[in-house]
Amino acid sequence: MDLLSLSTLLPEITLTLAALLLLMVGVFMGDRVTNAVTQFAVLALLLVAAALGATMWGVEADFHLTGPQGFVDVSLFTSLIKLMVLITAAGALLLATGYLRREEIYKPEYAVLVLLAVTGMCLMLSASNFLMLYMGLEMQSLCLYVLAAFRRDATRATEAGLKYFVLGALASGLLLYGISLVYGFTGSLSFAEVATALSQDSSRGALVGFGFILVALLFKVSVAPFHMWVPDVYEGAPTPVTAFFSVVPKIAAFGLLMKVCYGPFAPLQDKWLWLLPVLAAITMLWGAIAAIGQTNLKRLLAYSSIGHVGFALMGLAANDPRSVIVYLAFYAVMSLGVFAVLLLMHRDERMLETIDDLAGLSRVHPGLAAAMAILMFSMAGIPPLVGFFTKLYVFVAAVQADLIWLAVIGAVASVVGAYYYLNVIKVMYFDEPVAKYDRFTDGNLTGTVTAMAVLSVAGLLLIAPVVMLAQYAVHLLKP
Amino acid sequence: METFLAYLNEAPGTVLPGLMFYVLAIVLLYAGVMVITARNPVHSVLFLILAFFNAAGLFLLLGAEFIAMLLVIVYVGAVAVLFLFVVMMLDIDFEQLRKGFVRNLPLGLLAGVVLAAQGIMFAISWSFAEGAKEGKGPTVLSSATNTEQIGQVLYTHYMLPFQVAGLVLLVAMIGAIVLTHRGNTGVKRQKVAAQNSRRPADVLKLNSVNPGEGV
Repeated sequence: MDLLSLSTLLPEITLTLAALLLLMVGVFMGDRVTNAVTQFAVLALLLVAAALGATMWGVEADFHLTGPQGFVDVSLFTSLIKLMVLITAAGALLLATGYLRREEIYKPEYAVLVLLAVTGMCLMLSASNFLMLYMGLEMQSLCLYVLAAFRRDATRATEAGLKYFVLGALASGLLLYGISLVYGFTGSLSFAEVATALSQDSSRGALVGFGFILVALLFKVSVAPFHMWVPDVYEGAPTPVTAFFSVVPKIAAFGLLMKVCYGPFAPLQDKWLWLLPVLAAITMLWGAIAAIGQTNLKRLLAYSSIGHVGFALMGLAANDPRSVIVYLAFYAVMSLGVFAVLLLMHRDERMLETIDDLAGLSRVHPGLAAAMAILMFSMAGIPPLVGFFTKLYVFVAAVQADLIWLAVIGAVASVVGAYYYLNVIKVMYFDEPVAKYDRFTDGNLTGTVTAMAVLSVAGLLLIAPVVMLAQYAVHLLKP
Repeated sequence: METFLAYLNEAPGTVLPGLMFYVLAIVLLYAGVMVITARNPVHSVLFLILAFFNAAGLFLLLGAEFIAMLLVIVYVGAVAVLFLFVVMMLDIDFEQLRKGFVRNLPLGLLAGVVLAAQGIMFAISWSFAEGAKEGKGPTVLSSATNTEQIGQVLYTHYMLPFQVAGLVLLVAMIGAIVLTHRGNTGVKRQKVAAQNSRRPADVLKLNSVNPGEGV
């Protein structure tokens, strides 16, 4: 185990050490150091992200490094996805502080669990071996189950945690079963060796194994029809945890999905590629249609996230991982912004979660209403906001891959989806205000809302560099 | 050390491993069916334990003594006992749960038929690899027992996943504590220092009581 190969694990090692240190500090000093622990965790995430970004600077596009015993393999692709995960996790952690303090669950373990979850995500993204993939996936999932039930005195939160746990355990079981089949039919757990074995003799058993693995990963990214857990978990979990769920694990799981599809199972591509357009179409339509009747904003955003996953999957179905990365990057911006708005709204120390609570927001807080309107327009994909261009990019990818029918369904789904996004704006601007909100005191939240709204407008300028970055990142992934 | 299977194969009358396989397999299947049909949930868990033991026996026949022992230690020793606790502690009316069985039977049967049809279609189009039908097993490279072999690679080649497994366990521990631990407020602890520093002069008062007057 030489130092160069160990250096592939530097982000994970740093995060683990930070998490262990903060855990000890939290255990011995108690709840009074929570603020320091949380800030240090954010700092650790951002520092690792900065270091990771610095190593990506000036590296050749075909750069890759194999870790100890070949269990991990880092490339520009894994680094870019990790970078997205780290930055969005830091953002989601910053959003959480005010809410946790108000609900009296502001404990150091929250930040520690987020750090460990991110460590698990980084490990599974680095993995080049199914054993390592499983360990990383399980580590992040366990942290997420606990985070979902973090408000342990609320019935809905514990129910969300339990539902997530039971269904997640089922998905883990499917994943393990698939891995065991692939191991049985190819004789190896290493991505490279599985790819070699499958390119020589694509056995039917390994294909069945891949089917199970695919279902488990699609469950994690919440593609219909494996999305049943999403609305309940999003509604029941504490709002900052929902914000975290809607962005960070999705990016990580999508990264893993791409790595697995284009890594070990690339030789079977003509056997699985047909499935993705179908699933993407179902997911987009279901995300759009099921959201219409929702009155709870968190449920609405859950279906909205399902719809967005469908659009991202369309990029993968079009065999263009670049567009998936671009789509997810800007989806993260919009989603974090919307959840920051949601976290700002509380009245008499109580969170406001229904669409009707937004009534007349424009008259009480014109600035917040304008930011929310921008974010909603962007999510709906109205030009000239960034949401339009990422959708367009995915549509172009689909058309170029001769999937015109899928692009048409995507367009229909975004028109249907626009209805509920615009409904939110209508309630904010044209309904009579009910009562005043509490004063906004959380600088993190107002800052995030402003930053994300500005990014949604200015994203137009950022999209070209992000596309360039994604282009470099997928160079090795999809030669 | 030779494997148990090798010992059995050399034992007089090689029908013995075959016979043991059938005994273990039949009891395993019976126990499995009883787990889901037993009326009393405690009986279900006990049948589950029986099933684990028989599966461990099957692993032993395959020469996989490490997995067999793991099954007994982890599944029987920890998981099944935990199940037993949960079943005994939860106040669930299992008769009530069973009520939907007949109503949902057609749906369940449909799912079963679809699954069976898929399995049959899959099996028909299956092509066997060379030597698969003759039951060719994997080539065993060394004569060491599999416990020894696992021990040789677990802390060397598989160091990294092993360490991550440790982290996963740590996460489970943190999770259990976060979700259940409540700091107790009304605890009465022994204060040794206070006890040692007690002096008779501070706590004892001598009264001289006159007879017939009381305190």
